Amino acid sequence: MDVSTEIKRADLLRMYYYLRLTRTLEDRITALYRQGRIVGGVYTSHGMEAISVGYASALERDDIIAPFHRDMGAFLIRGITPGEVVAQYLGKRTGPTKGKDGNVHIGDLKRGIIGFVSHLADNLPVATGIALAFKIRGESRVVITNTGDGGTSRGDFHEAMNFASVRALPVVFFCNNNQYAYSTPLRLQMAITDVADRAKAYGMPSEIVDGNDVAAVYLAAKRAIHRARSGAGPTFIETKTMRMHGHSEHDSAQYVPRELLEEWKKKDPILQAERMLVQLGYADEATVRDVGEQVAKAVEVGVEFAEHSPLPDGPETLDGVFATDDEVVP
Amino acid sequence: MTTAASGQAITYLEAISQALDEEMTRDPRVFLMGEDIGPYGGAFRITEGFQKKYGEWRVLDTPLSESGFVGAAIGAAIMGMRPVVEMQFADFISCAFDQITEVAAKNHYRWGAPVPLVIRAPFGGGVHGGPFHSGCQEGWFFHSPGLKIVAPSTPYDAKGLLKAAIRDPNPVIYFEHKFLYRRIKAVVPAEDYVVPIGKADVKRVGSGLSVITYAAMVHLALEAADLLATEGVDLEVVDLRTLIPLDKETIFESVRKTGKAMVVHEDNKTGGIGAEIAALLAEECFDCLDGPIVRIAAPDTPVPFSTPLEEFFLPNVSDIVTAARKLAAY
Repeated sequence: MDVSTEIKRADLLRMYYYLRLTRTLEDRITALYRQGRIVGGVYTSHGMEAISVGYASALERDDIIAPFHRDMGAFLIRGITPGEVVAQYLGKRTGPTKGKDGNVHIGDLKRGIIGFVSHLADNLPVATGIALAFKIRGESRVVITNTGDGGTSRGDFHEAMNFASVRALPVVFFCNNNQYAYSTPLRLQMAITDVADRAKAYGMPSEIVDGNDVAAVYLAAKRAIHRARSGAGPTFIETKTMRMHGHSEHDSAQYVPRELLEEWKKKDPILQAERMLVQLGYADEATVRDVGEQVAKAVEVGVEFAEHSPLPDGPETLDGVFATDDEVVP
Repeated sequence: MTTAASGQAITYLEAISQALDEEMTRDPRVFLMGEDIGPYGGAFRITEGFQKKYGEWRVLDTPLSESGFVGAAIGAAIMGMRPVVEMQFADFISCAFDQITEVAAKNHYRWGAPVPLVIRAPFGGGVHGGPFHSGCQEGWFFHSPGLKIVAPSTPYDAKGLLKAAIRDPNPVIYFEHKFLYRRIKAVVPAEDYVVPIGKADVKRVGSGLSVITYAAMVHLALEAADLLATEGVDLEVVDLRTLIPLDKETIFESVRKTGKAMVVHEDNKTGGIGAEIAALLAEECFDCLDGPIVRIAAPDTPVPFSTPLEEFFLPNVSDIVTAARKLAAY
């Protein structure tokens, strides 16, 4: 892979910015959680930021994402602001779901984001239907969906993979293989080493990529998106990575061997990206410092916005159970 | 396919088929998905000839995967299509339960995207279907905010409610009773019409007692009313037509007039829709009740196969007559 010829400098720098923004924002949210200022769970993509930053950077504006709970980078790239994310975590009316749903359950059709459902793999059939709509209408759009290694054990994963392949739908399935589904290690989740093997059963091409290498993820996504857009059908991409925190921030993840975490710490996606940028001559220490200052400021502005935002009123509970006729084209 | 003609009597099944045909002609966003609905025309032949007329991408045969294709329909609906999915038998809807209750029902409430989806569910007994082809599943969904539920009893209502369901911006489960498919015929208007969702219909005006029911049981109630008329027991038959949102006003108005209420349904008695109606009447109409609220429903067993067992299981005319005589005597 020759990154310098395959990816534009500006695109790489933009991805680096979003890696840093994602890390800084999630670290800040974790800190708020430790201070007891956040209600509910905190689910981060710590150490896995390259996956959603990589795939979301490879999409066009009109494309759609149906993410899972470790895809913060994708939200930010699609235009969700740090302020909206923190507001969502705080249950504020200014969050994308106006307090109806929490944390990473962010959906916004205008920005091409399908809201995440906690039941892992539920969004995969939904993604196939989005792709089906594109295909029926002859639109040149694609959808990317993501789930974890554990999510691939569910029937919905298999039903979605099968249907997408049978109908050659323009969808790309990502699988963030971070070795653990909550506390369950991969060996108790499946009897195969590579999740990508599952794609063979559906006649679907697959790739295995280093999930901590943002350039590798981006290029794999580009290839799969191109294949989908050209009408050749879906692709499955397994991104190998490691969940560096617990399932949620309340979980100290004592069940993960410390040596495994030490080993993966050396492969941190942000450090890898920095090394690459320096090697290519795209960045130096000053760039790293500048980006750090920019993202820190963006996050502080966001926290300020969220903390000063109003909470919803109790009776708003009753709003929105049903859509009204004026919300859709008749 | 039956084309609409003024003055021509059509069956309940033909009414469903006509509604689908006319809506597909009217709106290019409407498309059908399900098992064996294409060249075969569906297990009950409702979509016979449709694929020839509308093509393979608007009448899609799916793999055997209820969760997968309901999920796909949700995705397409979010993207602005108007999918109508067919459960081959309503019993199989259990495989799609999660997609319906967690994804479709909660989507608009959570993040504001409407899901204009119709699920056709051929339900009910009396057809020697046994435990897996005869059930009533409306009670499961009655308790899931965000879904609308309809269950027509006549060709007129079947056609008008299906059109209303397709035009509704919300997920609607359309329970069509298999026993009625070819057993009842009626003249329906040739011109376009809808039966509004949320409106019950008094199928027989009476003064003695109110029978509140829906789907196939409406016909038993009407038969019972004819038998009892000679004895001076005057039944009013309220056909709910829509289960969610329930037309409470029509129910209350009828019971306030007659002072007596009987709820009849084919679903199991415990936790059925009759329980909710009885509770509503106790809350809202207590002071106008002249007798106990009576429920006629199936016993709390699966639907048995053998004829004498199924006959025992299903509520019948004589159950209604006997209970009505007793209630009328209060």
